[in-house]
Amino acid sequence: MIIGSIHDGIVIDHIPAGRAMELYSYLKLGELDCEVAIIKNAVSGKRGKKDIIKIGAPIDLNYDILGFIDPHITVNIIREGKRDRKFHPTLPETIIGLVKCKNPRCITSCEQELPHVFCLTDRENSIYRCRYCETKAEKHTL
Amino acid sequence: MKTRGLIDIAELTTQEIDELMLVASDIVENPERYAEKCKGKKLATLFYEASTRTRLSFESAMLDLGGNVIGFSDAQSSSVSKGESVSDTARTVACFADIIAMRHPKEGAPLVAQMSVNIPVINAGDGGHNHPTQTLTDLFTIKRELGHVDHLVIGCCGDLKFGRTVHSLVTAMSRYPGVRFVFISPDELRIPEHIRAEVLDAKGISYVETTSLDDVMPELDILYMTRVQRERFFNEADYLRLRDSYILTQEKLKPAKEDMRVLHPLPRVNEISIAVDSDPRAAYFRQVKNGKFIRMALILKLLSENA
Repeated sequence: MIIGSIHDGIVIDHIPAGRAMELYSYLKLGELDCEVAIIKNAVSGKRGKKDIIKIGAPIDLNYDILGFIDPHITVNIIREGKRDRKFHPTLPETIIGLVKCKNPRCITSCEQELPHVFCLTDRENSIYRCRYCETKAEKHTL
Repeated sequence: MKTRGLIDIAELTTQEIDELMLVASDIVENPERYAEKCKGKKLATLFYEASTRTRLSFESAMLDLGGNVIGFSDAQSSSVSKGESVSDTARTVACFADIIAMRHPKEGAPLVAQMSVNIPVINAGDGGHNHPTQTLTDLFTIKRELGHVDHLVIGCCGDLKFGRTVHSLVTAMSRYPGVRFVFISPDELRIPEHIRAEVLDAKGISYVETTSLDDVMPELDILYMTRVQRERFFNEADYLRLRDSYILTQEKLKPAKEDMRVLHPLPRVNEISIAVDSDPRAAYFRQVKNGKFIRMALILKLLSENA
């Protein structure tokens, strides 16, 4: 399968296989006017399979969620057909509004206007806990 | 400057806990010195669920400091019954009071209150999550009863899985040197893995787990009793099998050290026989009294810090 290269834009690479659509949704890529390509189950030397997202415009993105999903994801910024910058998203100190607390006893379960906030409590093991009830964030239930 | 309340015991340094215990001890010795320290100040007790000890302890603490008390002890008698948010209730109350003590069935509610107001909020229990003034009460009681909180063997007995007071006590006591824990519970109610991994193993603290209270009784300095609740068991037969082995009687207390102390966060149901109450080692009602003194010290500290 051939996906054309992009002139100015972003390539999000090394997404864990099967999670590109989740990112597509969280990054609100469906709202963009530019070209967006999702490549699922691409061959990966390190992981066997990976997903890739290509975005055909130099837009601002909230990279916080990328680090939360997997710090091994790489972001490539493409300018004039060449890779201008490549980086791994860092683990954000807090994640606001992207992950819902699943604890039915948490105050967020009954006060709808409260933002769901998760704080990084263990960087080594990428563990986030709800600011209010300290329930651990489950990465597979974004 | 950010207003400082007390939501989680972890917000206090060991030095601050020790200072609070010193002030509380001074209050016990010299209550008259503190009788007007909070004159003109108001404590709001916002209790969204039932409580006997904690609410009355907070209110007595403020009254003994010369302050006044407002609040509610039942969410149905407040605007909460009309659907008011915790944040709005806290902001309203902050127009009248100088400090808030809040109990709420939902975890994190006192933190939400603290984030909404610029007066200190004390967490008086948020569901099964935190109850920092109970932990301060437990520490202060151990200090008063035995003279120190380090180099002790602490036995925790009963429901160690769901008992928030045990989790907080273990976390707080693990700051002090030479503390060793003995966890006595049925397999179904063992101390949670995250407490073992993140607190005990992480700090290299020695502990043993057992199902027999009798076997370990002679080595304990403190026996912290909690209630084994019927609803925590998967089947009735297991509950009936285990229930009596965690009831403290005079007979079971016989091999204990003379200066061992029995603590319980109360209320008890049947886990400590009433006959044990007259044993000098039974410290749980003194523990209730200590709760008032340590809360007085805490109210003083938070009001002076945020003055």
